[in-house]
Amino acid sequence: MSPKPPGVDTVERSWRSPLRGPWLTAIYGTALLVALPLVIITGLLDYAAYGPRFDQAFPTNVGWLRLPAFDWPTRPSWLFRVTQGLHVTLGIVLIPVVLGKLWSVLPKLFDWPPARSLAQALERLTLLLLVGGILFQIATGLLNIQYSYVFGFDFYTAHYFGAWIFTGAFVAHVVIKFPRLVTALRSRPLGAEARTSRAATRPEPPDPDGLVAAVPGPATVSRRGAVGLVGGGALLLAVLTIGQSLDGPLRRTALLLPRGRQPGPGPNGFPVNRTVAAAGVRPEQTGPGWRLALRGNGRTVTLDRPALLAMAQHTAALPISCVEGWSTRQTWTGVRLRDLAALAGVAEPASARVSSLEQAGLFRTAILASNQVLDPDSLLALRVNGVDLSPDHGYPARVIVPALPGVHCTKWVAEIDFRGRADG
Amino acid sequence: MAERAARLRARYGAGPWHLVLVTAAIVLAGWVALRVADEATAGRMLLWFLGAVIAHDLVLFPVYAAVDRVLRTLVRGRVTLLNHLRVPALGSALLFLVYSPGILRLGETTHLAATGQDQRPYLVRWLLLSAALFLISALGWLLRRRQASSKRSESA
Ligand code: HEM
Repeated sequence: MSPKPPGVDTVERSWRSPLRGPWLTAIYGTALLVALPLVIITGLLDYAAYGPRFDQAFPTNVGWLRLPAFDWPTRPSWLFRVTQGLHVTLGIVLIPVVLGKLWSVLPKLFDWPPARSLAQALERLTLLLLVGGILFQIATGLLNIQYSYVFGFDFYTAHYFGAWIFTGAFVAHVVIKFPRLVTALRSRPLGAEARTSRAATRPEPPDPDGLVAAVPGPATVSRRGAVGLVGGGALLLAVLTIGQSLDGPLRRTALLLPRGRQPGPGPNGFPVNRTVAAAGVRPEQTGPGWRLALRGNGRTVTLDRPALLAMAQHTAALPISCVEGWSTRQTWTGVRLRDLAALAGVAEPASARVSSLEQAGLFRTAILASNQVLDPDSLLALRVNGVDLSPDHGYPARVIVPALPGVHCTKWVAEIDFRGRADG
Repeated sequence: MAERAARLRARYGAGPWHLVLVTAAIVLAGWVALRVADEATAGRMLLWFLGAVIAHDLVLFPVYAAVDRVLRTLVRGRVTLLNHLRVPALGSALLFLVYSPGILRLGETTHLAATGQDQRPYLVRWLLLSAALFLISALGWLLRRRQASSKRSESA
């Protein structure tokens, strides 16, 4: 055996916590095993909700990592509110669990020698992918929802590909460790552990993985305390995050997040995703001179706002759900998109391309699939909660479609191009 | 078959399934890395990926372990007091870790463009929440001490 470098023994003996051991690791691991697949699936659903079929999910060019093609449904109308709310909320709530799990296995990082076989060497490489992957996903996600793009790369590209690296390593890790997890959970009945006080807390017996400290100190926290601490951290984050997905007074409980705040009073006082000023849409563009152009079958129909208001109006209470996880349900009134399609001469459109007055943003146009145009609640909204839309909410007219990500509910609409089956 | 598996185990250090799983994960990651390598910002992504691990394992962990060591020396064996300091300190640090982009006002302009609001309130709110955590914990500690001393005087 090669000699240990100096200090290795000191490091080994300096791990003193008597709580580290297979059981505690397995408890944190089980929580992650149950919850992380939900985060992965809802994240991939977010990609699907953008409509990769129309090349409008980012990153666009993903090769083999393409998802099975399907039209994002419009029902239930709260679908995206739930999937993306779950993705972000659960992603945040799991942070203390991830930190607790990493704490419980940290001595392994300093193992000497680093690998005793090729199997161990390869496994350690996947662990780097696993830990790097989850920390990378958490960091980019957290910065994104708080609008701090300090990382200086494209969020979509990083978070989408990062997700695949993480998922691959996660699957390998789970399958390899599952037998250990089961043994560890069986080794100490949960009920008995929940009744064990700090004074009665003893180290677990030495384990083959070397998680249990060689020279454990006395317990300053019981095992139930350690589990409770992580659970309490998760609860704290849940309480301070869930508000961004709720309406009414509870919204303000998201004290440290942008979407816990009410941007002003009145019927238009709900969160904005992009201000009119940021979009560079000028008042003279949205004044009486504004016209909506409807294209279809090679013809163009032009309407002004009074003409739109003179058409049959429909009212629907629909959530606007942002890809950043927040959402709010409001009551929208306007013209049904399918009525506009009929007016343009394409009663059964295969898709519709909606363009905004906005010149520069990534989302100045969005393509809606057939089901999204034809849903009876899909609207070109002119009013919200009984009053005209405010400039920030898209005056003179904006799209609102059930279960569609907010970024595709185009604001300051200038043109809708309905495409028939043939020119799909 | 069994013999081959045994030979693999001797040479490789684990069973065939292990080899399949770790190879699949590494190949997937390698394929993704090659795909992303064309991006102008690929280097930064790699830096953040590895940087996240280093930041956790070699910065965050040593820092919180060292702070805990200092706390333990300060309280000199009073474990209940120790835990009534640890819990609010961890709570406050957790909130800072998760919500630091707002608290430190990183990205004021994007925040303003997206929401129409500035990032001013978050720092004060975090301080107030932290103060509340410490206060609640301190009250809990006082209550425990009272109970303990009244029990002692009862039994005296
Ligand atoms: C294991 C952890 C995670 C995985 C595997 C994961 C996976 C994904 C995937 C595949 C997407 C779709 C990306 C795209 O449309 O290009 C996504 C979107 C997103 N994720 Fe995550 N994620 C994780 C953790 C988190 C966390 C912790 C947060 C934040 C708190 C977060 C925030 C977001 C946001 C805001 C989006 C939407 C981005 C957008 O479409 O604009 N994620 N996630």
